[in-house]
Formats: sequence, structure tokens, C-alpha cells
Amino acid sequence: MTGLLTFLLRRAGSAVLVLLALSAVLYAVFYIAPGDPAQLACGPKCGAEQLAQVRQNLALGDPVWLQYWHFLQGIVTGHDYSTGTGTEHCGAPCLGLSYQSGEQVTGILGEKLPATASLAIGAMVLWLIMGVGSGLVSAVRRGRFTERALTGFTLVGTATPVFITGILLLMLFCSVLQWLPYPSYVPFTEDPEQWAWNLVLPWFALAFLESAKYARITRSSLLETLAEDHVRTFRAYGVGERAIVWRHALRGALPPVIALSAMDFGTMFGGAVLTETLFGIPGIGQKLVTSVRTEDLPVVLGVTLAMGCFVVLANAVADVLYALADRRVVLT
Amino acid sequence: MTSLVEVTDLTIDFSSDSSSSVRAVDGLSFTLEAGGALGLVGESGSGKSATAFALLGLHRGTGARIGGSIRVDGTDVLTAQDAELRRLRGGRAAMVFQDPLSSLDPYYAVGDQIAEVYRVHHPKASRRAARSRAAEVLDRVGIPDARRRARSRPHEFSGGMRQRALIAMALACEPRLLIADEPTTALDVTVQAQILDLLHDLRAETGMGLLLVTHDLGVVAGSVDDVLVMKDGRAVETGPVADVLRSPREPYSRALVEAVPRLDAVRPARDPQEDVLLEAVDLRREFGRTTAVDGVSLIVRRGETLGVVGESGSGKTTLGRMLVGLIAPTSGDLRHSVPPRALQMVFQDPVSSLNPRRSIGESIADPLRAARELDDTAIVARVRELLDRVGLNPDWYHRYPHEFSGGQRQRVGIARALAPSPALIVCDEPVSALDVTTQAQVVGLLGEIQRDLGLSLVFVAHDLAVVRQVSDRVLVMQDGRVVESGPADRVYDAPEHPYTQALLAAVPVLDPQESAARRTARRALLPVG
Repeated sequence: MTGLLTFLLRRAGSAVLVLLALSAVLYAVFYIAPGDPAQLACGPKCGAEQLAQVRQNLALGDPVWLQYWHFLQGIVTGHDYSTGTGTEHCGAPCLGLSYQSGEQVTGILGEKLPATASLAIGAMVLWLIMGVGSGLVSAVRRGRFTERALTGFTLVGTATPVFITGILLLMLFCSVLQWLPYPSYVPFTEDPEQWAWNLVLPWFALAFLESAKYARITRSSLLETLAEDHVRTFRAYGVGERAIVWRHALRGALPPVIALSAMDFGTMFGGAVLTETLFGIPGIGQKLVTSVRTEDLPVVLGVTLAMGCFVVLANAVADVLYALADRRVVLT
Repeated sequence: MTSLVEVTDLTIDFSSDSSSSVRAVDGLSFTLEAGGALGLVGESGSGKSATAFALLGLHRGTGARIGGSIRVDGTDVLTAQDAELRRLRGGRAAMVFQDPLSSLDPYYAVGDQIAEVYRVHHPKASRRAARSRAAEVLDRVGIPDARRRARSRPHEFSGGMRQRALIAMALACEPRLLIADEPTTALDVTVQAQILDLLHDLRAETGMGLLLVTHDLGVVAGSVDDVLVMKDGRAVETGPVADVLRSPREPYSRALVEAVPRLDAVRPARDPQEDVLLEAVDLRREFGRTTAVDGVSLIVRRGETLGVVGESGSGKTTLGRMLVGLIAPTSGDLRHSVPPRALQMVFQDPVSSLNPRRSIGESIADPLRAARELDDTAIVARVRELLDRVGLNPDWYHRYPHEFSGGQRQRVGIARALAPSPALIVCDEPVSALDVTTQAQVVGLLGEIQRDLGLSLVFVAHDLAVVRQVSDRVLVMQDGRVVESGPADRVYDAPEHPYTQALLAAVPVLDPQESAARRTARRALLPVG
């Protein structure tokens, strides 16, 4: 157990370094990029005086390293912003205020994250089931019709962009068959059943796209473990094929699947922009796109850092899963 | 009364694609009576393992075509339903494999794996009963504290213990036939002796039949009643083990028997040279917390062969690599009277020590090109000369490693070591991956080259008989230290250190009677472990 503790501490340490580097690079990029955030924040009809005021409120006159330092300070201690008429307190961890709306970034994240998480988690569960399942079947039925059919199906899935799949799904289920309402996002806390019904199509659209990758990895990895000596041992001892696949081969085939899931899970929190747009899900992806366009640095930064956190977290979880699956793995 | 195993006119064809196929076994017939023991002996590619696998129907579903008939304990293996075959496998006929590390599932406790097999054949047994049966058989095969160790995973076991665990799995359902496919090939000589003794005792105790598949005649000598020599998928000679090993009738079996390195082979004495080529003083090497080599001092004289013997983990490979400068010692002193490139090395595995994507000529030319002394034409000429020197056709310069057999690849390795005109070659297990007849050829080649070129050799190996064949002086290593050293004849004929004595007692011999006598003597020397 001390092994697990040192592992977690070490991981937390490296996560902080990764996130620091990420935020520093983003700051640098935005500083170098053309455009005036104050102008963009203030709008097209903004007078010179107003502009100066905005610039002062956002502390844009400070040197860039000082702005960065204040940003870091805000994460730890919180920050007070003057709004012209008074001050607004942004509690720790403060990721700043949106240049555009003046809202706190943490608030924006809190508002947008549930929708994105709903999409990401549901889609991932679905694509893991579809991908690992069809990979497993293709490996076991190698060379037969089932395998070729599944390979074809998953190949079509990867090759079709999500907006095509999405539109086809919408047309089929909402318009032609009318089995489902046109999706509009309903928060889970409001009505879990409606939440699920409205997310079914986006889940499938994403899962269809992603599952092919998982099917391929599962298939090749499983074929490898099925050819291993210890699998041969259990065959030679009369263990049935089903038990061999489930007990002895699949476990060894999962590590690459876990690794891939960890990465995909992290990036999904950056939002699946196309899917969110197509199905009208008010998630992080949409927000990120508009924020980049309007050079709303604090929001972009906040979203990216949150995404970075999820990537690091998912990878740490993946490593713990490895170690649980295979006791020979030592966590370092 | 039918026999336990009846194989009639067996053929096995492996097809690489639809048009071509390779006949691995070609018209093989033999029988094994209940409780009997048969040794299936042959070199790699002789079809012996394919035959063993066929007895349990393990080729089913692989695309191999099997002809003839196989009956094992009354079951017609080739026509039996899958369910019946599964009842045979592990229930009435069990198999032990060569590599005990990869043959067990790394993810589960050893005891659970045995219990799983037990429950497959005893569906009504409770989990608890299966677990306790697992502990029982683990205890029987000599795993100390079996009930607790049953919860260990395979990687927590030593090689010998893993093989014991696999034998325990075989015993779990009290089979009438045990098929052992090279069960000791991956093991050290002392462990090999223990495993063979265990198989011997189990046979006597349970009355099960044994089919022992091996390339090593010494392994069958003390373990079986009859032996069948195979070559190219056919039976060359069959008979009682004592007859075949003492007076083989067929030329091939005679060649096989003669190629086995013998402990009592006396090497013609040579004049010792006084000129010291290399001297190591108190060499130590640590890897993290483990000390691989712990204070070894030695000298190598010009033109002599120094044998270094030891089991896995004794530090012999690390020592060899330090001598040629591939690994730096943690402390100690290494002096040599020749430049570093005059110290060369031949590696154990001729497959992985050659770059598969470069022609063998280019691999041999590498050290010459690195020296930047010869131009291209001269290098090619020198490589062709070297190929000829090691008994390969110089026109094979442009061929790739996969086109060669193991023995030929090792010749390429030797040619590469010879390229920079060395004064000393360290050979690290140069023949342990080779068949016994090929071994003899490669050892012969090394001796010839040494004589012609006046080379010094350091011959690192676990096989005591091979080391005796080639060495003037011998070092015996255990746990990183030299426990005994001296002229080869003295060390082999009058070993002083108990470890040397134990090693020598464990070496299999060809004479079945002597083998039985040594088995009794061994029990006093070898601890169970």
C-alpha cells in the first residue's frame, strides 16, 4: 500500500508540472497571437475611454509574466476583480474571468461540464462494449463470415465522419421512424429518463466512430494472447474454449485497450465539438470553439487545464488498473 | 487388454498456405503399455513435439492435417467429439510443457489454476475441495509450505518450482498417461536432475505411463524403459533404452549417441603457455542491490581455454561481458596485453544476436568497417575468407539470417568475432541453443580455429560436459563467486567443493544402470528446492 501512496504522490507531482507547462505555453501563444482581447471584450461600438476601463479591469496593462503570476496565484488563493463599480471575489481555485461575459471561468466549467461528461461517459461505455465485444467475436471467429461482417461494419464506422452518421441517425430515428424526439439536452438532475433518451443518438454516433479502433486493438491483442503458451496449457487440460477466452486470454489482451481508453477519455472532456453542435448539447466543446475565436484566454486556459487534469487522471487510473490486472507490474 | 497409447501410421502435415505443406510426421507407429515409459528422442524438426501434441488432439483447429490413427486410453483422438477430447485432456492424459514460465497463466495464483483444471474434470467438486486438492498435489511435487505457496503467482516461483507446479497440475486428476515435452530443457542441471527424479518417483507411486519427449539422450537414459529415435518425422530405431544407448544399430542413432558430450571425455593435454593475455583482479559488478559478480580474480593465458561453469544467476554471463569490456565492473581491475578490439565475444542466441535485416556478410563486415583500416574490396575479400574459415559458403555473403539453421547462424557469429583478428574470444553459452549433433560440430570448429590461430577462449556454459570437452582450466561459479578452480581434469575427477560435487552428480549420463545408481547417490547431495 505504501507503493500505491508513493505512486499517487509522484503522479500528482508530475501532473502539476504538466499543467504548469500547459498553461505557460497557452499564455505565451495568446500573448504572441494578433488581436486585442480588450477590443474584442468591449465590442465594436466601444469608445476609447471604455476600452481603457476594460483594459484596466482585466489587468491587461500588466506585463505578461505578471498576468501569468496572478493567474497562478488565483488558483491557490482566489482573486478579487474590480468591476468599475465594486469588486468581485473569485474564490480559489480561481481560473479568472471570461473576457467576454465577465463570468468566472470555474462557473462556466461547472455549467458546461455536466453535459460534456454525460456525452463522454455514455459514449465511452457504449463504444467499449461495442468495440471490445466485436473485437472479441472477430478474434474467436477468425476467418469466418462473422469476422468479415464485423470488420466491414467497424470499418464503415471509422470512415464515416460523425456529422454524416449523426444526420443519418437523426433522419432515421427522429424523422422517418419517429421513435425518438429530436434531441435537446436535459440535465440528469432534472429528469434522468429524458436525459438518457435525448443522449441516445449522440452516444451511438460517437460510439460508432470510436468503436472500430477498439475492435481492432482488442482483436489483434486477443489473437496474440490466444496464441500464448499458457492458453495452450489450459487447452491441453480440457478447459473449454469459453473459459479460456474469458479467464485466460481476455485479461492479458486488455492493457492496450485500457491505455487507449485513458487517452480518449481525457480528450473527450475537451468536448466532441461536432457531436455537441450537431445534437445541440451545450457542452465544453462548443464553448471552447467560441472562446478561441474571441480570444477569450481565461476560458480557453480553464478548459484546457481541466482537460489536462482529466488526461492525467485517466492515465493514473489506467496504471492502477494495469497493476490490478497484472500483479507483476510495479507502480512507480 | 489394449495399450495405453496406440499410434498407427501417423502423418502430420502443416500447411503454410493452400498450395504447399510440410510433412512433420511421416508414417509413425508406436505403442505404450499402461504404466510403461517411452522416450521420444530426436533433434529439432524431427516431429517429436508435433507427435506429442497430436496425442491430445491439440492440432485440432490449427489447419494441420493428421492421418493414420491415434488411440489414447481407449479414446480415438482423431474422430472423438470435442467434449470427449476435453475429458481426455488433463483427465486421463496430462501434459507438461517445456517452458514452465510461459506455460502458466501469469494473472492467477498457481493453486487456483490447478483447482480450475480439477473442477473442469470434477464438476461436482466444491471450490474448497478443488483448492485443497491443489495444495495436496503441490505438496506432493515438493513445493514447501504448499498451502500458502498455492496462493503465489507463477512469477513468484523459481524455474524449477514452476515446473513442479505444472507437474502438480498434471497430477491433479490422476491421469493414466503423462506426456512430458522437453520438461527440463529450460532448467539448470541440478534442477533438471530433481525434476527427472520426481517424475521417476511419481511413476513408481501412481503407475501412470510416461511419454518423455526430448532432444537429450542423457535425459531419457534414467527415465524410460523404451526409446524411439526420430528423424525427419520417421522412426529410425526403437528398442529398450539400454540397448539403443549402449549399442545403437542405426547409423543415425549411433551418431546421436556419439555426439553427446561426455563427462569422462579426456581432452588431449596441451603445453601450458606462460604468457598471460588477460588478468582480472577482484572484479565486482552490482546491478542495483544485487551483486552479480562478487570479487572474481582470474587469468587467461595465450592459447588456452578457460571454462566458466555455473547455473543461471551465478554471474557467469556478467563476468564474460566484463572481460571483453561490454560491461564496466563496479570495482576491481582488468588488465590485458592486447588492444580492446582483440577481445571479442560470441553470444548464446544466434537468432537474436544477428540483425535480421542485414545480410550475414554485412554483419561480419561491421567490425572491419568500424576499424576504418581496409577499403571495401579488401573487407569483402576478408569476409569471404572468414565465411570459408567457419565452414560456410563464401557466396552466401548476401543471404539473410533467417535463411540459415541455428548451427549456421552460430558459425556466422563466430566469423563476426574473428573479423577483427582477436586474441581472445569469450563464448557465452555458444552451443546451448543447438541440437546435440550441431553442438559437436560447433565445438569442433572452435577447437580447430583456436589451434590454427593460437587464440585464447573463455568458454562460459552451464553444461559441464561441454565445458570439459574444450577447457584446459575450469572455474566453477556460484552466486557471483568462484567456488572452485583448477585444471579441468582435477576439478572433474576430484571435485573439492560440495557445489561442484552436486553439479557433477546432477549431470545426466547415457548408461541407464549408472543413471539409476547416480539417482540414489544424488538424494544425499541435492537439497529439495
